[in-house]
Amino acid sequence: MSKILIRGAKVLGGEPQDVLIDGQTIAQVGVGLSADGAEVVEADGKVLLPGLVDLHTHLREPGREDSETVLTGTRAAASGGYTAVFAMANTFPVADTAGVVEQVYRLGQEHGYCDVQPIGAVTVGLEGTKLAELGAMHESAAGVTVFSDDGKCVDDAVIMRRALEYVKAFGGVVAQHAQEPRLTEGAQMNEGVVSAELGLGGWPAVAEESIIARDVLLAEHVGSRVHICHLSTAGSVEIVRWAKSRGIDVTAEVTPHHLLLTDELVRTYNPVYKVNPPLRTERDVMALREALADGTIDIVATDHAPHPHEDKDCEWAAAAMGMVGLETALSVVQQTMVETGLLDWAGVADRMSFKPARIGQAQGHGRPVSAGEPASLTLVDTAYRGAVDPAGFASRSRNTPYEGRELPGRVTHTWLRGKATLVDGKLA
Amino acid sequence: MQRHLISAADLTRDDAVLILDTAEEMARVADRPIKKLPTLRGRTVVNLFFEDSTRTRISFEAAEKRLSADVINFTAKGSSVSKGESLKDTAQTLEAMGVDAVVIRHGASGAPYRLATSGWIDAAVINAGDGTHQHPTQALLDAFTMRRRLVGRDAGIGQDLSGKRITIVGDVLHSRVARSNVDLLHTLGAEVTLVAPPTLVPVGVESWPCEISYDLDSTLSKSDAVMMLRVQRERMNAAFFPTEREYSRRYGLDGDRMAKMPEHAIVMHPGPMVRGMEITAEVADSGRCTVVEQVANGVSIRMAVLYLLLGGNEPAVTHTRPPVSHHHPSNERSAHTISADEEK
Repeated sequence: MSKILIRGAKVLGGEPQDVLIDGQTIAQVGVGLSADGAEVVEADGKVLLPGLVDLHTHLREPGREDSETVLTGTRAAASGGYTAVFAMANTFPVADTAGVVEQVYRLGQEHGYCDVQPIGAVTVGLEGTKLAELGAMHESAAGVTVFSDDGKCVDDAVIMRRALEYVKAFGGVVAQHAQEPRLTEGAQMNEGVVSAELGLGGWPAVAEESIIARDVLLAEHVGSRVHICHLSTAGSVEIVRWAKSRGIDVTAEVTPHHLLLTDELVRTYNPVYKVNPPLRTERDVMALREALADGTIDIVATDHAPHPHEDKDCEWAAAAMGMVGLETALSVVQQTMVETGLLDWAGVADRMSFKPARIGQAQGHGRPVSAGEPASLTLVDTAYRGAVDPAGFASRSRNTPYEGRELPGRVTHTWLRGKATLVDGKLA
Repeated sequence: MQRHLISAADLTRDDAVLILDTAEEMARVADRPIKKLPTLRGRTVVNLFFEDSTRTRISFEAAEKRLSADVINFTAKGSSVSKGESLKDTAQTLEAMGVDAVVIRHGASGAPYRLATSGWIDAAVINAGDGTHQHPTQALLDAFTMRRRLVGRDAGIGQDLSGKRITIVGDVLHSRVARSNVDLLHTLGAEVTLVAPPTLVPVGVESWPCEISYDLDSTLSKSDAVMMLRVQRERMNAAFFPTEREYSRRYGLDGDRMAKMPEHAIVMHPGPMVRGMEITAEVADSGRCTVVEQVANGVSIRMAVLYLLLGGNEPAVTHTRPPVSHHHPSNERSAHTISADEEK
């Protein structure tokens, strides 16, 4: 592999520097580096970040290849600046055996756009009753370290306790989709003023908060590590803050859409805004932003949830839940966190690369931009402004809530271990 | 006002009064030997019912036929939410047939709104009840009934319900009738109090333009109308209240409670009534109970709505009360709007 000189990039938003890639690694970082024998990428004014890592992606393969495949999903990831994604287990068949996780892992390696790290199911078939073969998935070629029944909550307290205990044997983590099932029967949107008016079934904040409270206490009791998926309420933030102050080993993620959108949008009855957990209120959005800034929420994860057009072009109650997010995540974070002054670009690198890689133990990802490190990098044109056009998405599905909305920033280049996956905004 | 009727909240005070006045005119048609107007001749109206409701469907059908529309009844029971595509597919089928208006009943809140705004069809959409969201023609017929009883049939023309105190009792949480009535009655100047056990009041209700009470007895003496809502027995099994008897004791309307109401006050119910639980036979059969009138008024209201959405944009009634037998609402203009003009 040849040499690439990225010239004049603001590394993690700092002073402009040159970054020389040689083969799969970063050879040099400095000012005025020689371009001798290297392909030059002019990066004047752009921000260079470590390749982004998404701890929460739905790739849909196997089983729902009409929504997304490992190929289309990883191309979407590369377009959004990601070099590693964790693929959720709710596929058909469910990723609850070594065989399925190895298949997904291998497809990621073959396509080469992005490393795919499968997440294993906590329970067989996501049914919440019997532990899946967590050890076998960990020992497989996929080396699974994160386990989740995402889409469903591990609501049985005993099963959750056992999972937390069991994964300690190999340093795994259980990622919980916090949703008390009885409190959310028939739930269609956030329970509050808007749901009361629209007559849509309410998804109360307490259904999330009560599970998080229970799980941090369980994690403390058994001395294990728990990760909270897509935290969405101000109350959840308070519980995680309390748990961290108490020394409980808990981490948490927030999605880009929960940092920007509110349940007022549901007044359109447009199912593009239907997501689980649901869009909350302005107060929740502000609390989430602050919590991400102060580190109470550790990371941004997309919950990229592709659905075909027909699953969204219908009445609200019949529509599938979820939004695509890989290709717009960084722009939303720029708008909600950077341009509001809550986070600088080093902070973005921390929340979208360093920490998610650490939580998921993604080897070779979330590394500093310095000599000797893997050349997995993302170059961002932060001055760009433009309306989101789903027609240009690499994802097979187009269920974005941002169609036509102007968002700042655009990923122009992505490199995965020195190999360009995105060049000038086009997939390589 | 838009060319659709999706929510009672979409109606301005003048829109609503115009509909009520027009319905008063339509009501006179029912007194004629031949109960028919040529207003919607050549227009096709589809009653698209994804959810059972014989009463509402028949009411719309009667209204449509009295206006001489061609009527198609489309019952799609059981195909609603589990096969989400059916709404869009059905809508496009109807569009291809050149339908002018769709009266839609659907189990999913927001389905009529989607139908009207998604570009699937061009026809006017009239919401005949969607999930737990809205049932605007029910609210209009209730308001019409109240205006006739509390203001007067003739004296009510051009009037709203300013200062009237309305109490709505029962399963507010699951009731599109309650939501529609709160919106419309507020627009018409009435003061609304919702009475229900706390389990049957939606979280977020504090933003509604009404009072909330958990105590029926304290509201009765201050009510000009008490509207009882249907309470499904299944709610008991879902722990919304402990037993049927307890519900009845605390929120049922019996003769003793009715006696606490002012002399002129009326008892309303959208039907069908669960006698013995939410309302006793003594109350249901009393002269103060307007259930049967509400049914008759429903036809007049639906005629008025169809006329105003499809027939023309000028009032069907003038305030100088022309001789009944010589008056025909004009359908010369084709704009699909209700506009309140002239004497409004």
